[in-house]
Amino acid sequence: MRILIVEDDPILLDGLTVGLKLAGFSPDAVSTCADADAALRASDYEAVVLDIMLPDGSGIDLLAQRRRERDTTPILLLTARDRVGERIAGLDAGADDYLGKPFDLDELAARLRAIQRRSSGRACATLSWQDVVLDPAMLSVTRDDKPVSLTRREFTILRLLLERPGAVIARTTLEETIYGWQEGVESNAVEVHIHNLRAKLGAGVIQTVRGIGYRVGAEQP
Amino acid sequence: MKSMRTRLLLILLLTTGAVWLSAAAWIYWSTQARVEQVLDARLREAARMVDSLITDHRIEIATAAGAIEGLEVETMTDEPYSHQLSCQIWSLAGTLVGRSEAAPRERLASNDDGFSQTTIKGETWRVYTVLNSDRGVQVMVGDNLQVRQSLVNDVMTGTLLPMTVVLPIAGLLTWLSVQRGMRPLDRMAGLLGQRHAADLRPVDLPDAPGELRPALDAINGLFGRVAGAREREKSFTAFAAHELKTPLAGLKTQAQIALASDDPEIRRHALEQIAGGVDRSSRLVRQLLDLAAVDANEERETISPADPGAIVRDSVQSVESLAARRGVTIDLEGAHARTVSCDRALATTALRNIVENAVLHSPAGGRVRIVIASSSQESRFEVIDAGPGMSDDDLAHARERFWRGASRDGVGSGLGLAIVDTIMRRVGGHLTLANEKRGGFRATLHFQKG
Repeated sequence: MRILIVEDDPILLDGLTVGLKLAGFSPDAVSTCADADAALRASDYEAVVLDIMLPDGSGIDLLAQRRRERDTTPILLLTARDRVGERIAGLDAGADDYLGKPFDLDELAARLRAIQRRSSGRACATLSWQDVVLDPAMLSVTRDDKPVSLTRREFTILRLLLERPGAVIARTTLEETIYGWQEGVESNAVEVHIHNLRAKLGAGVIQTVRGIGYRVGAEQP
Repeated sequence: MKSMRTRLLLILLLTTGAVWLSAAAWIYWSTQARVEQVLDARLREAARMVDSLITDHRIEIATAAGAIEGLEVETMTDEPYSHQLSCQIWSLAGTLVGRSEAAPRERLASNDDGFSQTTIKGETWRVYTVLNSDRGVQVMVGDNLQVRQSLVNDVMTGTLLPMTVVLPIAGLLTWLSVQRGMRPLDRMAGLLGQRHAADLRPVDLPDAPGELRPALDAINGLFGRVAGAREREKSFTAFAAHELKTPLAGLKTQAQIALASDDPEIRRHALEQIAGGVDRSSRLVRQLLDLAAVDANEERETISPADPGAIVRDSVQSVESLAARRGVTIDLEGAHARTVSCDRALATTALRNIVENAVLHSPAGGRVRIVIASSSQESRFEVIDAGPGMSDDDLAHARERFWRGASRDGVGSGLGLAIVDTIMRRVGGHLTLANEKRGGFRATLHFQKG
């Protein structure tokens, strides 16, 4: 799950990046409003973790600006200003959730999964197609109730494909999702991961749509 | 005297009373003088009349004194005092030739001619004597002073009685005026009395008299200052909480990573971050305490000559380990001024913050120079680093509490320069900040010469 973290404290930013990566997310990290704005315009994120007090402005202003521009990316405000009035102001400005500092990393991850779930119109915490079940919280995948061991990137690709079974996900989207900007992308990396996934899940789950990308299951009518 | 009302009332009553009394005394003395003048004129007239009667032989000497009894003396009142006039006629040989009925037998005057005063049997007489040498007699006409006094008293009673009756009314009117005059003050006291302790809005008294304006303005000014201080305190607390929560969140996140990860590399990295975070948080806490101490000791700083060498030594010592960790060297230049005028503890705190800033903003392996200089008016500590310096915007705001530049590098709390600035103003010196022309940054503490 590709997310953007906007936080100006270097230690916290580092902690969020490493911690959320461990929790199965693919985070990009920036520390100013300007960088965050540029990142949000350049790429699609499934969620944003946004600090309010930033060196070059207020996260609330950035949030309001994005909402005015019809950007519906789920945004979680993360801030030390967590009195009731401030939470209300943040949520009314268009935030999807609000978490006060200091917070629990696992709770932050759970809330991010929850707002992502809501934004994709799902109520169930797990993703499934036929007998393949993926649990984003446990980072676990089962096929026919038998656990399947996946690497973090294989897991991310499968999660993205299971999000909308039948829909074709472009190869570039998968690339962007599994690699933040900080990491280099090998040209055939996605093909390698798909190959490994097919080997672990068995054939018939992931299909290649030549020249475009991949999907789970048959083409939808 | 506690009550302004009582005081005002008393002053007004006392002055009114004093004016009243002096008016009464004036009337008394002038009445008495006037009565005396009139009655003396009558005495002389009566004496001359009797004298002329004798001279013209129109009447016997022996009976001449009786003529006085028919004489009507007009006085200021309706009472006829004429019958009180007494007349004696003495021969030059000293025998009483004749006297009026009211006159005593004793000689009324010892002198030959003119006015005199004699006491006979406890009664004082005012006498006018005329010497008639043709007939060899002296005519003496006198009246009893008691009579004169009662005349004066009558006049006084007539004048003073209405004045005395009016006095309580004047007192009542004075009291009512004072009450009315004090009403704006009562209203202000009422407004202030009703106020909630936390209500610091200005007192609104649109029709306040000019005399009350300065007091009202002073009170409103005070309210404004207290409200401002309270607002600053509130925002300070909010800022402090925010500034502490963020590093705490960082520490907690890194700790959770260290606990959750099996990868020794990730754990080591997280633990390093925790160590750095604790350093930063403790610096922040120390600065908050410094600031609280500077703010709390507003009136108690002890400015005295201090040894600049000791201040530099103490400041550098507390920054040495930080400098060593970052590979920054601290050089000392310049000759010591013998003393600087400051509070030694505060000056050490100020210099330490400046040196710490310089170390934190220096590139690794950089050099921080501390230059001690002095002129005839002041002693200076200059701290120069080879860091990136400050933008104009940052320079303008650098002394504000919790101000951190837009190019935030995460090393500062935004408190250091605020502390230094507060201290320098407290000890009567000042802080100047400037970018060096050839790169780097110079912060200077200016102290008055000790």
